[in-house]
Amino acid sequence: MTKKILIVDDEPNIVTALEFLLQRSGYEVLLAQDGEAALKQVEQHVPDLVLLDVMMSVKSGYEVCQRMRERADWQHIKIIMLSAKGREAEVNKGLSLGADFYVTKPFSNKDLVAKIGELLAPAAKPGGA
Amino acid sequence: MNVRFKFSLWLAVLFAGVVAVVAAIAVLLAAGLPDAEYTFFLRTVQERAPVLGFAAALLLLACAGLLGWLFRNYVTAVRALAEQTRIVFAANPEHRVHAHGGSELVDLAATINRLADAYHRVRDDLETRAGVSNARLEEERNRLAALMSELSEGVLLCNAEGRILLYNEKAKALFGAGAQAPGARQGLVGLGRSVFALLDRDQVAHALDKLQSSLDQGVEFPATRFITNAVTGTLVKVQMAPFLSAAGGIAGMVLTLEDVTELMDREAQRRSLLQAFAAGVRAPVANLRAAAENLVSFPEMNEARRVQFSEIVAAESRQVSAMINDALSEYADALKAGLALEDMRAADLLSVARRRIEAVLGLPCGLEQASEEIWIKVDSFALVEALAYLAGRLREDYGLRSVGLRATESGRFAELDLVWSGAIVGSDALALWETEPMQIGAQQTPLTLKDVLERHGGEIWVQSHKTSHTAWFRLLLPLGAPAVTTTRRSLGTDSRPEYYDFDLFRHADTVQGLAERKLADLHYTVFDTETTGLEPSAGDEIISLGAVRIVNARLLKREVFEQLVNPQRPVSKASARIHGIEAQALAGQPTIGEVLPQFQRFCEDTVLVAHNAAFDMRFLELKEAATGIRFTQPVLDTLLLSVIVHPSQEGHNLEAVAERLGVSVIGRHTALGDALVTGEIFLKLLPLLAEQGVVTLGQALEASRETYHARLQY
Repeated sequence: MTKKILIVDDEPNIVTALEFLLQRSGYEVLLAQDGEAALKQVEQHVPDLVLLDVMMSVKSGYEVCQRMRERADWQHIKIIMLSAKGREAEVNKGLSLGADFYVTKPFSNKDLVAKIGELLAPAAKPGGA
Repeated sequence: MNVRFKFSLWLAVLFAGVVAVVAAIAVLLAAGLPDAEYTFFLRTVQERAPVLGFAAALLLLACAGLLGWLFRNYVTAVRALAEQTRIVFAANPEHRVHAHGGSELVDLAATINRLADAYHRVRDDLETRAGVSNARLEEERNRLAALMSELSEGVLLCNAEGRILLYNEKAKALFGAGAQAPGARQGLVGLGRSVFALLDRDQVAHALDKLQSSLDQGVEFPATRFITNAVTGTLVKVQMAPFLSAAGGIAGMVLTLEDVTELMDREAQRRSLLQAFAAGVRAPVANLRAAAENLVSFPEMNEARRVQFSEIVAAESRQVSAMINDALSEYADALKAGLALEDMRAADLLSVARRRIEAVLGLPCGLEQASEEIWIKVDSFALVEALAYLAGRLREDYGLRSVGLRATESGRFAELDLVWSGAIVGSDALALWETEPMQIGAQQTPLTLKDVLERHGGEIWVQSHKTSHTAWFRLLLPLGAPAVTTTRRSLGTDSRPEYYDFDLFRHADTVQGLAERKLADLHYTVFDTETTGLEPSAGDEIISLGAVRIVNARLLKREVFEQLVNPQRPVSKASARIHGIEAQALAGQPTIGEVLPQFQRFCEDTVLVAHNAAFDMRFLELKEAATGIRFTQPVLDTLLLSVIVHPSQEGHNLEAVAERLGVSVIGRHTALGDALVTGEIFLKLLPLLAEQGVVTLGQALEASRETYHARLQY
């Protein structure tokens, strides 16, 4: 079965690029432009993985992450946080709130796809790296 | 009068007297005799002349013996007794006299001792009473000193000539750090020392000029700032303010000092980061842009070209990415927030926050004992306000009745948790609280929680534990380093801080006429050396140098010099037994060539004092040719000074003199230990010298010279 990935970011350029990349890598891709929309999408489609940008206008990535982790039926959903801010304290916060991985922008497409593959593999350990 | 001379005189008089009496008796006996018997008498006298001569010699011996006994038991003994008695009331009230002489003298000694006891009691009583009234003054001064030592800035107070009247530990540390050899303990900051040894003279003079002109223009509280390179290499921000004499002139200045080396380093780092970005990013971005614009503007380009431009885009963007990552990790420290942050124990911060929460909000606040080892970098005031603000919001918006605080360490961060139970607080609520100006009780601050966190480079989020129904705000803050406590306790039992001496105010710099200056007014460096042996000319070397300063007749136990010296030759077993310094301890130490310049700077503008100074000076003088360092200042020898005040006492080695003057000997046979003992002895000798009319430096040097020659002849 095709795995579903939700991309949450309010920057259209990166969304376009990531959508293209992930579709080419064989995933079904869903999109959301802010935190509220993201939660709705999760509710509706229950993706296997969420690529979550931290800095967003309506609801921050941290909040979305925390909300998702509050729901017992969403625990299996992998979360990768994306951020242009890469301070150690922020990475720490993201991981503490339940993200499986934290990627600092700019990143390499190849590495990102590899990490997604690892997290979605049946025997993958969450939070590795 | 010389005892020997006195003795000879008395003997001559006594002997002449006895001979005269015998002669007179003989003449009287012979006077009435008839001629024949007179002739017989004369002949008999002539014939028995050798016997008479022998008798006369015997008589002389008898006289000498008798007189000797009398002198020993009464004259010399009385002199010694007088000297000892002087010690009692001039130097050491606890000293007790011993008479070696006639029973009457022993009796007298006992009486003197009883008198001494009474004197001691009266003195003690007086001292107690004087002590009480002094105690309050002292206490106030100590409070000032304590206050100064608590300041995080260095403080120096100087008179108009730049002599230091007061300093705190921070100032000392500021100028002491970095520039020293391992194992060295010395200071450029000291009472009575010149501030120009620390700061550039021209810069200070320029600052003074500016202050003077501000004063002339009627500015009420002028102050000026400058940043200067201290001689130790640290970058110091100096704020200088004058204090005025009654006449309105500048009587001195207050300098507050701050080490800004790190600050400036970071500033420089930031600048170079910016420059690296500005210069480094231009070129790859230009390549990116040119290739991208070609791709967009010429869609009809052939496949080979398209591939070429695409690869350029990929390669250049990879390069820019790498550059940003490298720069950010390299300059991570420069970008760290919080230049005004201080290191503080998390446990201390939480207990302050708890008090604040309980006092201002009336909200009971529990405190989990945090590890003493957790140190954080904080603006403690802002952070305590932030915690109180959060607690306040919890009470207002969720009606909470109590909260708790705890701290744990996690990697390079500390987690400060504000814990509660019951209410569920969403992250959206926290997001809102973060951006509103903080209000604690009735107090409103312009700061937001977000500001505070940003300044600390910290993060906050809310977490909860479902089964225990507890939740907490977690503040993630970078760990700090344990703060160094700079206050060092003094060596002695003397509790009086020695950071200030306002009496120095009254001293003008009079370099000339040193010989006419009073001994009690001069500054001294009392020093001692430990050596590999007793013969400097045979190649023995200094292995340790210790010194302490005396300013205004006070031994400054905090202003010391202590340095082991690598003698670059083996240390004999015999001398190692005395000073206990093994060869291994000296291997890594600086050589005498490196130490002497430092020592010279330490004794600048002071008179040197040592016990048996000739010995120590010989070692220093022999190094003159090699090091070019000459000690030209006057030198006083406590051994000679002791002989001057106590010519009849036997034993003038350090222990004997110390015991006689009531100086307790601790830490003997370390250079610094002996220097401290010598210093105390010197201070005790000053009043005794004054009694003998030796008051000025010139007199002391002259008397020493005489005594030295007298001892040589002896």
